[in-house]
Amino acid sequence: MSRLRRTMLYVPGSNPGMLADAVIYGADSIMFDLEDAISLREKDTARMLVYRALQTVDFGTTELVCRINGLDTPFGEKDIEAVVAGGIHVVRLPKTETADDIHQVEALIAKAEAKYGRVVGSTRMMAAIESALGIMNAYEIAHASERLIGIALGAEDYVTNLKTKRSPGGIELLYARSQLLNAARSAGIAALDTVYSDMDNMEGFADEVSLIKQLGFDGKSVINPRQIPVVHRLFKPTDQEIAHAKDVVKAIEEAEAKGLGVISLKGKMIDKPIVERALRIIDLSKASE
Amino acid sequence: MKLKKEASAGTMDSCDINIRLDNNLMSNTNEIHLKSVVEKQYGEHIKNLISQVIDKYELEGVVVNAVDRGALDCTIKARVESAIQRGLDQEHTLEWSVVHHE
Repeated sequence: MSRLRRTMLYVPGSNPGMLADAVIYGADSIMFDLEDAISLREKDTARMLVYRALQTVDFGTTELVCRINGLDTPFGEKDIEAVVAGGIHVVRLPKTETADDIHQVEALIAKAEAKYGRVVGSTRMMAAIESALGIMNAYEIAHASERLIGIALGAEDYVTNLKTKRSPGGIELLYARSQLLNAARSAGIAALDTVYSDMDNMEGFADEVSLIKQLGFDGKSVINPRQIPVVHRLFKPTDQEIAHAKDVVKAIEEAEAKGLGVISLKGKMIDKPIVERALRIIDLSKASE
Repeated sequence: MKLKKEASAGTMDSCDINIRLDNNLMSNTNEIHLKSVVEKQYGEHIKNLISQVIDKYELEGVVVNAVDRGALDCTIKARVESAIQRGLDQEHTLEWSVVHHE
């Protein structure tokens, strides 16, 4: 089963209680934040807390991501060294604008892997795109490194850059979401949607999750554990979808056993995209059990 | 080695520990003063952890005032180490391999 990334839970790196408890909420990925959630005077202590948590806390099979500070700050390089030494799975670069941003982080990750005895190439990367320039360069960014597992939209900075603000329907994000999604798919990597900040508006949150699911996103960044079950419920396939997916897989297996090149199910031809969708539905259904 | 300045790290929040470090003006002996919500059961363990980190940096004559609110071992180690780095004026310059080396 391929790894699902329906939910990526933001956890401030400065909060030891939240670091230790983050795993219990069942998010597909946990993202330790060293960037915007951390004040300038606590950058050093948050980095140390995340490093020690990575070395000590049992996070099970949850994917562990760390949002580092940018390399244009005094903290970014040290963040990379610390989290790679600690054994992070994915380094997430904020405010990515060009492929070169990715290359610079990649070089530092490789250096840290060699220094701390990790397999060179084993640390994966994510890029958050949070500006008009980044969106325009989304294709180059998505193709910039073999380490990339996905790209994500950071909407708050993006709408500020556009000189607008977020609205309930998200019309201002339509271009960015579509561009980012197509860039991700062209590179065969995940597309993650931005956070929904109004924690008291669960209805609005659910509407946004439905929208990004329909657009094709793999999942969404979440800032409160209460948002996790909403995303998982909306991404859960219906019984009808699951039954159809199982039929498709069974039909492929039977056709392969008979050496048939063309597959049909209930009189309809089954081609590659239908098979791919069926496999994804089965993955989603297993994850929802 | 002596601290260059007094320093602190950590908060009084639940699951955290606040560490304050000062130089011992009276002697080169290290002193650890701990207040903890779990002192009866884990007091000695917490003091040992603090002591191990201080020894790693070969500090002498340090007075540690710790207020624990139920921190995990990894948090205790992180807070002591951060306070030491601040006390040595190295929080942004220290070579990470020193931290990583156990």
